Amino acid sequence: MRTTITVNGTAQTLDVDPRTTLLDALREHLGLTGSKKGCDHGQCGACTVLVNGVRINSCLSILAMHDGDQVTTIEGLGQPGALHPVQQAFLERDALQCGYCTPGQICSTVGMLQEAADGWASRETADLTAGISLTDAEIRERMSGNICRCSAYPQILAAIRDLAGEPA
Amino acid sequence: MTSVADWAEPNPVTENRSGVIGKGVDRYEGALKVSGTAPYAYDTVAPSPPAIGVLVTASIPRGRVTSVDVAAAEAAPGVQLVWSHLNAPKQAPRGARANPRSQRASNPALASDRVEYFGQTIAFVVADTFENARAAADLVKVEYAPEPAVVDFLASFDQATLPPDEEDVHIGDFPGAYGAAPVTIDETYFSPLQNHVQMEPCATVAWWEGDKVTVHTSIQMVKGGQHALAETLAIPSTDVHLLTRYIGGGFGGKGQPYDDLILSALAARALGRPVKVAYTRQQMFHGTIHRPAVSMRVRLGAEPNGRLTAFAVEAVTHCARAATFTEHAANFSRNLYAAPNRLTGHRLVRMDLPHAGPMRAPGEAPGMLSLECAMDELAEKLGLDPIELRIRNEPDIDPETGKPFSIRQLVRCMTEGAQRFGWERRNPVPGQVRDGRWMVGMGMAAAIRGNFLLPAKAGVRIDADGTITLRQGMTDIGTGTYTILAQITAETMGVPLSQVKVEIGDSDFPPAPGSGGQFGAATAGSAAFEAGMNLRRALTELAVGDPNSPLYGGPAEYVTFENGVIAIENRSETLAALVARAAPDGVYVEGSIAPAADARDYSQHTYGAHFAEVGVNMVTGEVRMRKMFGVFAAGRILNAKTAKSQITGGMIWGVGTALTESNAVDPRFGSFVAQDMAEYLAPVHADIVDLDAMFLDEADDKANPMGIKGVGELGIAGAGAAIANAIYNATGVRLRDYPMTPDKVLAGLMAKGL
Repeated sequence: MRTTITVNGTAQTLDVDPRTTLLDALREHLGLTGSKKGCDHGQCGACTVLVNGVRINSCLSILAMHDGDQVTTIEGLGQPGALHPVQQAFLERDALQCGYCTPGQICSTVGMLQEAADGWASRETADLTAGISLTDAEIRERMSGNICRCSAYPQILAAIRDLAGEPA
Repeated sequence: MTSVADWAEPNPVTENRSGVIGKGVDRYEGALKVSGTAPYAYDTVAPSPPAIGVLVTASIPRGRVTSVDVAAAEAAPGVQLVWSHLNAPKQAPRGARANPRSQRASNPALASDRVEYFGQTIAFVVADTFENARAAADLVKVEYAPEPAVVDFLASFDQATLPPDEEDVHIGDFPGAYGAAPVTIDETYFSPLQNHVQMEPCATVAWWEGDKVTVHTSIQMVKGGQHALAETLAIPSTDVHLLTRYIGGGFGGKGQPYDDLILSALAARALGRPVKVAYTRQQMFHGTIHRPAVSMRVRLGAEPNGRLTAFAVEAVTHCARAATFTEHAANFSRNLYAAPNRLTGHRLVRMDLPHAGPMRAPGEAPGMLSLECAMDELAEKLGLDPIELRIRNEPDIDPETGKPFSIRQLVRCMTEGAQRFGWERRNPVPGQVRDGRWMVGMGMAAAIRGNFLLPAKAGVRIDADGTITLRQGMTDIGTGTYTILAQITAETMGVPLSQVKVEIGDSDFPPAPGSGGQFGAATAGSAAFEAGMNLRRALTELAVGDPNSPLYGGPAEYVTFENGVIAIENRSETLAALVARAAPDGVYVEGSIAPAADARDYSQHTYGAHFAEVGVNMVTGEVRMRKMFGVFAAGRILNAKTAKSQITGGMIWGVGTALTESNAVDPRFGSFVAQDMAEYLAPVHADIVDLDAMFLDEADDKANPMGIKGVGELGIAGAGAAIANAIYNATGVRLRDYPMTPDKVLAGLMAKGL
C-alpha cells in the first residue's frame, strides 16, 4: 500500500504492509530509529512524534492514515552540534538517564509548548478564558503521557521551565 | 595484595587538580541521546536486512505442552521458520558449563515440553517483516496438560523453608530480651510483587560471519551475556561478540540473558541472515524477572529511654520453583541499629510463578519498608522524635559483626535533612494539620545500602593526536558510566575532558562486572583509574628515556601531568607531541582493580535520610506526595549532576513503591494482573512534586583508591517508608500493606470515624 508522507522536510513514498504503524514505518522503513517502541500501546509516550505540528503516539497510528502529512521526528528537531533548544535544555539539565524515553519526552515538550501557546486547556487550567500560564503543575500534567522509568521528572521539569520561562 | 591503607595515599583523582572530579559536567553521550542517534540494541543496522522473530508464550503456569500445531503459521505469508521444543536446534542443557570459567551457564530456549510459568516461551516465529511475524505467531496452536500450580503466596507460608546455604542469625538472647522489654512493637508489613518496567524491552539483533556470531543486545553484564550464549550454543566464548552500547534501563532486570539473545542467534544461524527479536511490553512482565512480594515481621523491644534491647526482622518471600533467588529483605537490618539481642532471617516459598530476581536495591528496597515504619511506631509509643530514637540506637561498631565502620554519617544525614526540610514544622500528634480537604503530615526514614568493589579491568590508549581512549567491557544503563569514566580518565591523565573518548559495552574490551548492586562506578571506575595510572607510568618512561624529549633523564618521580602537558618543573611537552614523536602508533596499557585483602575488616555502606510531606484526601483517600528531600552520604561524588539524577530517580521509585506500584497474581492462571504500563503504575510527571536531594561531603578511603561509592540503589532504600510514616502523621491511620492506595487509606479513615 502506497503512502506519501513528508518526514523531517523530505517527501517519502512508502509501499508497505497496510498493518504497518507510523512508528514501525519510521523505524523499520526509513531508518529513523530515534522514535522508540516502549509499549506499542500508547501508554508510555516513547514513540511521540509531531504530525502537522501536533504530538501523537506514533505506535497508535497506522502509516496509511498519514498520506500527505508532515511528520517531524527527534532526528528532525536537531542533531549533535546543532541541537534544538529543547534538546539542549534536556542535555544541560540532565533531563535523561537511560535516554530511551528522551526522544518522546522532547517531541512531546515541543508539541506541549505549542499547545499551551495556542491556548489549549488542561486539567490544571483554572480559567479557560485567560491565556495558559505554564505553571509547574501545568507542565507536569501536560507531560504525564510520557513515562520516564529512570524518573528524571525533576530534571525534565527544570529543562522545560528553562524554555517556558516563569509562569505569567 | 593491596591493603586499604594503600588507598589512603593521595592520587590524581583525590587531588583533583583540574577540578573535573565532582563537577556536574553534561552526560558524555547526552547529545546522542537527546537527538535520537544513540543506537540501542534493536536500532542496530545489521549488515543485511534482518528477519524478525516473535515469541509465543505459555498460557498456563505449570504442566506440559502436549501438541503444537504450526501448520497455519508455517503457511502464513513471509514466514521463514516456526520453532517449538519439538524442532528447536539442540542446545546445551540448562545449567551446563563446558568452560568452568564461564560467568554464566547454558540457558536454552524451547528446551523441553515443560511449562514452568505463565509467559514462558514455548514457540518462536521468524518472518520477513514484523507484521507477518506477529500475525503468524497468533496462528500457532498449543495444547497443554496442566498440572496443579502454587501461585498464591500469602496462602503458601506453610511451604516456606530456609533459603539454600543459609541460617538465621541469632545474637544474644532475643526471646528473653524481647519478653523482658518494657516497650515492644510486633508488627508485620507486606510489600507486593513489583516489575522493573525498563522503558526499553529486551531486544537483540544477531548475525553470523563464519563460526562467529555478533549480537547487539540489551544486557547489564557483558561477560555474563557472552558466556551464557556461548555455553548455550556450545561454542567457544571467543566466537561470541556481544555489544551493548546503549541500554534503555536495567534496574537489575537485565542482569541476565533472556530468550531474545538465544533465539535470535540460533535463528540467524539457521537462516543465514541477521535476525532481530524484541519482547513485547506484555511479554516483559512474565518473561523477565520481577521483585518478589515480601512479608516482614518486625519485633522491637526497648527501654523507656529508647535504647533497643531486642531486635528481630524476619522476612518471608518467594522464588520460582526451580530457582534459588532470595530477596534478602532482612540483611540491611543487620548493620543499621544497635541492639544486643538480635534475630534476623529469611524464609522462601517455591512457587510456579515467573522468576523472581534482583530489582533496584534487592533486599533494602522492600526490607526497609518494614523496619523504618516499625521505628516510627516505636518512637510514638516512647514519645520520642523518630530522629532522636534512631540517634539513641546509633551503633559505634557494626551491631552484628563488631567490625568498625569505614565511615558512617547516618546521623549527620538525619540532622542535616531535618534542618533543610523543616522537620520542626512536624506536629508529632497525628491527624492535626489540614489544608482544605487534605490532611497533611510529615515522615522520615533512614537509608542504608551496602557498598561493594569487584574485580575489573580497563584498557586505555593514547594516540599520536593526544586523544586518550578508555575501553572497558562495562555498561551504562542510564547511570552515567560513560561520563564518570571520562572524568576519571581526564583527571588521572591531566587532560581536558574533550581529549578523552570512552568506548564500553563490548565483549572484546577488558572485562568489568557490569552494572548492578550499585558497584558499577566504584568497580569500573577504579579499574579505569588504575589503567590511567599505568599509562602515566608508561608515558613517564617514554619521556625520560627519549633523548628528544625535554624530560629526558628524569627524574621520573618529579613528572607531572596537567592540561595535556607532561612536565618536570619547567621542562615540558604536550602528550600529543611526545606520543607522535616517540610512539607514533600510540601507547596502550591496561589496569585492574580487586578488593583489598583487608576490605572485609570494615563494615562499609552508603547512608541517607528521607523526609516526606504528604497530603491525604479526606474524601477519596488519595495520597499526594507534596515535598520530599533526601540527604545522602555515598563517598566522593564523581559528577554532581548525574549522581543527583540517579539518587532522585531512586527516591521517586520509593514514591511509586509507597503509593502506586504493585502487581497481583491471577490465581486461575498464575499470570500477573498488570501486564502493561497502563495497569502497572510507575510514577508519572504529575505524581512528583518538589523533590530534591543533596550529598554530604565524604570520601571513604576504605572503599577504593578514589574513595567513591555507589548511588544507584541508595535513593530507593527507605524512601517509601518515609511516605508511609507521613501518611500516618497526616491521618493517624497506620497502614502496613504497600502500596498505600486509596481503598486502603479510605478504609483506615472510615475505621477511625473520619
